[in-house]
Amino acid sequence: MTTRLPRTIPWMTIAFAVALFIPILGTRFYTSVATDVLILGLFATSLNLLLGTTGLVSFGHAAYFAIGAYVCAIAMKTFEVPFLLALPLAGIAAASAALVFGYFCVRLTKIYFAMLTLAFAQIVWAICFKWNDVTGGEQGFNNVPYPDLAWMEVLPGLSRMRVGELYFYVTLVVVCLCLYVMRRITNSPFGRILTTIRENPERAEFVGIDVRRFELAAFVIAGLFAGLAGALFGIFNRGVFPDFGYWAKSAEVLIMVILGGMGQFFGPLVGAFTLVVLNQQITSYTEYWPLVLGLLLIVLLYAFPAGLLGTIADLVKSLRGRRDA
Amino acid sequence: MLEISGLRKSFDGFVATSDVSLSVARGEIAAVIGPNGAGKSTLFNLITGHIRPDVGTVHLEGRDITGAAPHAICRMGMGRSFQRANIFPKLTVFENVQAALIAHRRAATDLWSASRDIFRDETHMLLASLGLGPQAEVTGGTLSYGNQKQLELGIALAGEPKILLLDEPTAGMSSVETAETIGLLQRIASERELTLLFTEHDMDVVFAIAHKIAVLHQGRIIAVGRPDEVRADPEVRRVYLGEQHA
Repeated sequence: MTTRLPRTIPWMTIAFAVALFIPILGTRFYTSVATDVLILGLFATSLNLLLGTTGLVSFGHAAYFAIGAYVCAIAMKTFEVPFLLALPLAGIAAASAALVFGYFCVRLTKIYFAMLTLAFAQIVWAICFKWNDVTGGEQGFNNVPYPDLAWMEVLPGLSRMRVGELYFYVTLVVVCLCLYVMRRITNSPFGRILTTIRENPERAEFVGIDVRRFELAAFVIAGLFAGLAGALFGIFNRGVFPDFGYWAKSAEVLIMVILGGMGQFFGPLVGAFTLVVLNQQITSYTEYWPLVLGLLLIVLLYAFPAGLLGTIADLVKSLRGRRDA
Repeated sequence: MLEISGLRKSFDGFVATSDVSLSVARGEIAAVIGPNGAGKSTLFNLITGHIRPDVGTVHLEGRDITGAAPHAICRMGMGRSFQRANIFPKLTVFENVQAALIAHRRAATDLWSASRDIFRDETHMLLASLGLGPQAEVTGGTLSYGNQKQLELGIALAGEPKILLLDEPTAGMSSVETAETIGLLQRIASERELTLLFTEHDMDVVFAIAHKIAVLHQGRIIAVGRPDEVRADPEVRRVYLGEQHA
């Protein structure tokens, strides 16, 4: 055997290049699914910064997604703030909320931490649900405008595209930038310290780490990126609803992370892809899709306890180990 | 170096330590011995900030550290190992020690550099001095128990402590591992001019390396002194040593 696979395959670049062609080669439906996957992938990856990296189980991550979505949508529609300003504003708002809520949450551990994140998320949901004048209440906040993307038509290949397709490219660029930043953070000295907190908070404390402060920092960063995902999603969905912050949304993103594999940086993205596609496919066959989805998830979680990507990574590792031996 | 005076701690009426005073001089190797439940672990937790004393003070190099948070006390130059090997089990041996270096050298707030190669040489040097060089890429949790305790020592040493508190450094070790660990501790203490305070069950270990021994019994110190003084103390013989060295 003289052929050797390269040690590192630039998966990210390949995926990005392939994604560029989705609106050109695929239908509107595929473009829409791809946008959905990208945004939820970003959302799930932000949760994994807590779950997989720091070892904090948040049951209320949807709160920051919802805050980001409402802030961006309200800024763009009610106050006519341009997208380029509304997007960072949404991120800052979500991060600020995470700072306040997180301040209390990191004082608790394990299940108590999880319950408090859930409690704060339900408060956010209740506010969105009741504050009719600002959020539109139960009816949601509808007719969120797309950003002005007419300028993109001068770019080669994009001249005759619909706004939904142009928005896919906007999403692709923003999500990839966010993933790049989160990957840098995960692999940084700060990220290494977060993994020591996951592994053994007592020991981390006694190498001189202020564990609570680092947990709070991780919580704020995760909130920031969840907020950016929410902002993108509100526009994509053309409306923002209280359900964005409901516990079911928090559970959904938790499932994505676990399904894809929380030990892998791109696991949550794979989880988002799997869940969105399964959802689409099953819904077109039966109205009992939650039942089928639930059964499928149980099978998948039993078959791949390390998550889909985690299992593949283990497989590749053992194959390589055998070849090198 | 370390000055403990009048420490008292009770839990729901049970007095775990009562009026414990002890001073450890720079470069000294001091041991705290006592039967199970004598309050050794409580004493250590009081010193390292894991629990707050009801009464009494702890001074490190003249600074009052009573009731300070563990991470703050660690930053002031105190290292610690725990009774059960307390490492980062899913990180590699290299990453375990490297993480401690990141924390100690204040690189922990760096969100942007790649952590892979940071402090690489220092980490490998430290691992080599502990005899863990060949296992650098092994997952910490898969090491033998003795090696895990050595790794924990490495984590503590990465913080370049002035004083090191070791809670039963040879607990759960085979006699070979115990002998290795003792040799290692003595070598490192003299190389780094460390002050050591440790608790230990194995009396052979204690009398082999300690300059000073304090005997704890039912939360009180009943004797302090050089090993030969403590060995001869009638009270100590009665409550403790007699049980083993009759």
